[in-house]
Amino acid sequence: MSSLPQNLLACSECDMLQSIPAIPPGGAARCPRCGHTLAVDKPDSLERTLSLTVAAAIVFLVANLSPLMGLSAVGRQVSTTILGGAQEMWLQGNEITAVLVAFCTVIAPAIHIGFMLTVLLVVRRPPAPSWVGMLLRWLEWQYPWAMIEVMMLGILVALIKIAELASVIAGIGMYGVGILMILFAAMKVSFDPREVWTRIRWANGEAPATVASAESGLSMETGP
Amino acid sequence: MSTGILTGRKLGLVLCEACRLLSRPIDIDEPGHCPRCGNELSLRRKNAIQRTWALILAAAICYIPANILPVLNTITTVSTDDDTIIDGVILLYKTGSWPLALIVLIASVVIPLAKLFALSYLLLSVQHRTAVGRHERVRLYRLVEIVGRWSMLDVFVDTFTVALIQLQPLMSVKPGPGVIFFAAVVVLTMIAAQTFDPRLIWDAGEDKEGPDD
Repeated sequence: MSSLPQNLLACSECDMLQSIPAIPPGGAARCPRCGHTLAVDKPDSLERTLSLTVAAAIVFLVANLSPLMGLSAVGRQVSTTILGGAQEMWLQGNEITAVLVAFCTVIAPAIHIGFMLTVLLVVRRPPAPSWVGMLLRWLEWQYPWAMIEVMMLGILVALIKIAELASVIAGIGMYGVGILMILFAAMKVSFDPREVWTRIRWANGEAPATVASAESGLSMETGP
Repeated sequence: MSTGILTGRKLGLVLCEACRLLSRPIDIDEPGHCPRCGNELSLRRKNAIQRTWALILAAAICYIPANILPVLNTITTVSTDDDTIIDGVILLYKTGSWPLALIVLIASVVIPLAKLFALSYLLLSVQHRTAVGRHERVRLYRLVEIVGRWSMLDVFVDTFTVALIQLQPLMSVKPGPGVIFFAAVVVLTMIAAQTFDPRLIWDAGEDKEGPDD
């Protein structure tokens, strides 16, 4: 394989070849042909995302360990956590749905936070080993399956439906899910995978040269 | 911007879908693995058209039982009541929360159906090598990709309803057989959107490149 110019890129949605120009602060580079966003200027991406991810990890634990909502009727109290919902689905004989719900609401977000923390911590000292790239690939692939915001809306709809039958109490877990939803969106906005890739050792072993050329590439971009 | 657009396909360059590195493989038909991240390279997503069609067909088949079979089964001391997705929407509407009824209706009924039609339309237009309306079709594809996961809404609503309403013997709610079919529709259409390759929309026009509007 011969080497290609650093900034040359093919748009991932229409395959048009182009080079990404220096992006002004707060700006974005879009494909002139299909309008796909190719790159966004994300100042201090890794540090910001790391702090958001640490916050998300704490809120995630709170959201999962506290009751999501409770119900009181005829002198009885019932409450559930997120996983409790999936568990009840399983007990009622809908095992596949239970697994799917558990995956989208708990497992995928947990993997997202865990992998994100690992990636962000390891790439602080480049060159990072190439398994970090595997985590990053998995992160991108599974992102649509972490459905915190869809779950939030689902909780609200269920809450209003049940409020017709009995009095419902919103638990701490529900506020946790709300905050987690915002943190996930903020992580997505602040995270720049392009910067991470320049810090990872290549799968074919071309490590030191990559870091050097990537850094010079970056300084060229930011220079006058 | 018309005939002169250079694409990776024309110059024998492959973009890695995982790490976005552009590389020049020795053989464009067998590009091997990405030198940077080790991901398997391919010029276009493999068998995108056949795979997407297969997933759409499977989803369309599941869409019928998903809407006919009950998703919730309410048991009280005096009665048992089976509710389909539409029954749930009607219930929300009757109890006065029409905005929520509308949200559930759109997420559970309209979006899955619209996704099936949109993806079928995209596939047919690519197979017929249509060159017009590429910008509109790319926008349609992005919409399908973004909106799709919101259909999971009803699965979550059902789960939390089942989890909370367990006041035996007064009242309890069990999940119905429709939930699994409905979940299957959502999952299959989400995967279908991921197997389709939007670059095919642009490839189609390139051989008879017209004005690129």
